[in-house]
Amino acid sequence: MSTSTTDLHSHGGDSHGHGGHDHADPHFQHHFTDMEQQFDTSKIGMWLFLATEVLLFGGLFVGFGLMQARYPQEFLEAHEHLQKPLGALNTIVLLISSYTMVMGVLSAQRSQTKKLVGYLSATIVCACIFLMVKYFEYAHKFEDGLLPGHWYSHKGDLIPNSHGYATFFSFYFMMTGLHGIHILAGIVVLLWILIRAKRGEFSKAYFTPVDLVGLYWHLVDLIWIYLFPLYYLIK
Amino acid sequence: MEHTLKSQAHVADRPRPVKNYINNDPGIWSWMTTVDHKRIGVMYLVGVLSAFLIGGIFALLVRLTLMTPNHMLFGKVLMTAETYNRVFTLHGAIMVFLFIIPSVPAALGNFVLPLMLGAKDVAFPRLNLASFYLWVIGAIMAVMSMIFGAVDTGWTFYTPYSTSTSGTVTLMTMAVFVLGFSSIFTGINFVATVHKLRAPGMGWFEMPLFVWGIYSTAIIQVLATPLLGITLVLLALERVFNIGIFDPKIGGDPVLFQHFFWFYSHPAVYIMILPGMAIISELIPTFSRKTMFGYRAVAYSSVSLALLSFIVWGHHMFVAGQSQLATVIFSALTFLVAIPSGVKMFNWLGTMYKGNISLETPMLYAISFLLLFAIGGLTGIFLGTLSTDVHLTDTYFVVAHFHYVMMGGTVIAFIGGLHYWWPKMTGRMYTEKWAAIGCALVFWGFNQTFLTQFFLGSKGMPRRYYNYLDQFQPLHAFSTYGSWILGAGLFLTAINLLASLRKPYDAPDNPWGGTTLEWQTSSPPITHNFEDQPVLERAPYDYRPEVVSH
Repeated sequence: MSTSTTDLHSHGGDSHGHGGHDHADPHFQHHFTDMEQQFDTSKIGMWLFLATEVLLFGGLFVGFGLMQARYPQEFLEAHEHLQKPLGALNTIVLLISSYTMVMGVLSAQRSQTKKLVGYLSATIVCACIFLMVKYFEYAHKFEDGLLPGHWYSHKGDLIPNSHGYATFFSFYFMMTGLHGIHILAGIVVLLWILIRAKRGEFSKAYFTPVDLVGLYWHLVDLIWIYLFPLYYLIK
Repeated sequence: MEHTLKSQAHVADRPRPVKNYINNDPGIWSWMTTVDHKRIGVMYLVGVLSAFLIGGIFALLVRLTLMTPNHMLFGKVLMTAETYNRVFTLHGAIMVFLFIIPSVPAALGNFVLPLMLGAKDVAFPRLNLASFYLWVIGAIMAVMSMIFGAVDTGWTFYTPYSTSTSGTVTLMTMAVFVLGFSSIFTGINFVATVHKLRAPGMGWFEMPLFVWGIYSTAIIQVLATPLLGITLVLLALERVFNIGIFDPKIGGDPVLFQHFFWFYSHPAVYIMILPGMAIISELIPTFSRKTMFGYRAVAYSSVSLALLSFIVWGHHMFVAGQSQLATVIFSALTFLVAIPSGVKMFNWLGTMYKGNISLETPMLYAISFLLLFAIGGLTGIFLGTLSTDVHLTDTYFVVAHFHYVMMGGTVIAFIGGLHYWWPKMTGRMYTEKWAAIGCALVFWGFNQTFLTQFFLGSKGMPRRYYNYLDQFQPLHAFSTYGSWILGAGLFLTAINLLASLRKPYDAPDNPWGGTTLEWQTSSPPITHNFEDQPVLERAPYDYRPEVVSH
């Protein structure tokens, strides 16, 4: 062990304790040893953040499961009010956006700025389409009184005096709403890296933000991949 | 494993650098915009100690009200039942969310962890500052919910009471939501820091045990806190929009809230106690001048406590209507917690055994911790046992139990750690005599206050009640007198520490003969922590005579 530490020591021997070759990169932060360590650390941070996101939604998934077990019939009937074609369309839109995001990260890694800008723009367009479709779905729910909790005022359900329908829409709006907020946040960070990409900040030497935003975007897509069958395809 | 002796240059003889992290670039703006983990740690320290003061004043008021059954003081009723409900709620919420949870990790951990790892900063310095400001915003929201209304739900916000009571419950839950994010950011920062920023030569099992404890804590902070966040959002939406997830009148389930809440808040108990244990694991070997006995066992026990913490939440709900099978399983799982806790206790004792023990103030706190935590831990077994818990649920026995763990455990360890790292943080030594007297008063006052409450609880005094039967009066009064001694001890300790700040720098770099890296830099440290990148050449707690006498 002591030999290897001596090697590392000589590497970080100057008074600031980091190697010389990374000084040139303006994105280098001085408490790291080199760019590689900085990149790895950022990535760990992002994965941890994504773990918190999974748990944030996880609680709602569990709550949904419990309530579905309590009101299986009501949940089955309530889900017929959701528009499956629109849900499916949104699933496809998000899958495409995941593809454009992957290609964006790849372009950044290859220093292809023009392609990066294109793919990022395409991803943003997909995100906007998703939200527009969601808007039409929500508007339809509001019109029909398919609303959470005591706001529920839909006429013509089979089981009178059951709260199961309202509970279904409580969870529907909570979960898709929270997901929608994440799409919105995604658009904001995508715009942020789009502007930076246009300035030509990213190249194979430094593409950390593109990579991290990509990870986030995939998680947001992934959550929808679970939400879609959970709500639209109940059997 | 072989450890060379070449790092034994005696740092204490080195001249003190003129510029340190405190006086380098002074001015309030430079502090407020700092990304230096040491300054952020100090700002957190000021914040959490202020919260401790406010929460402590509320605690003294609660005890004062309970001194007599008619709540009279000098011929006047001290507070009404409504006020009393609010005061104990604020005591609990402030102590838990604003003080204990951030106390050790965010204040002491922020300062010490990178130093212990030989790093220049935490992994994400700006995120660290953001987490501090989230704490400030959360604190302001919590204080506003006191000023512009009141919260009388207890710190647990149980539904359906919390969704139907008036007052500023929504603002308070949002405050806790924001504080949760602050806690998550600290956790993310520390996990990434421990993974990637260890000094050359420092493998996982050469990390100080404080780092292991904070690392385990950080994992819980990252994984459990999001659940609290979503639970509180649901609670707020329930109050504002009546979405009906917890309200049985419109199909919801109030017990679901308890499940959600304790799925976070039981791990949160370990967010509170693990850092306390982590400090003790530093103090015991340092002041016993002996290698940590069972280093790996203690390291693993921290991680296993973190994991166990996620599967025992149901023991808070034995009488809340969960299924009998679940109750039995949760009870059995709860007993498992005793194993890693016992591993720690016996390894600390094993470290002290035949050690060269010096009873300086941090060690006095460490020994207090061992005694108090033993009581707190063992009474936890009574509460985890179904047949006894049915009788003890929601009595003062529970109150006494968790105060022995939270205050007798974490807060005592925190104050011990504060005395231990005070010379490093401030560059000043405090007066040893007054610190020791403060510790003795705290220990005495604490036991008088809370040991009494075990008796109250086992005699059937329910927790949180404003009124009580006359027969409980002597014990209540005795407990209240204890709270004054406790308060006096803490006051004396605070004055003693603050008084040291008036002196010029007088602390040596390594006043206690510590072996971890933070003692290898100057007191107080320079802004970049170390003059040269430290390289670990000696495992922590290596007190072999041939190494130390060098």
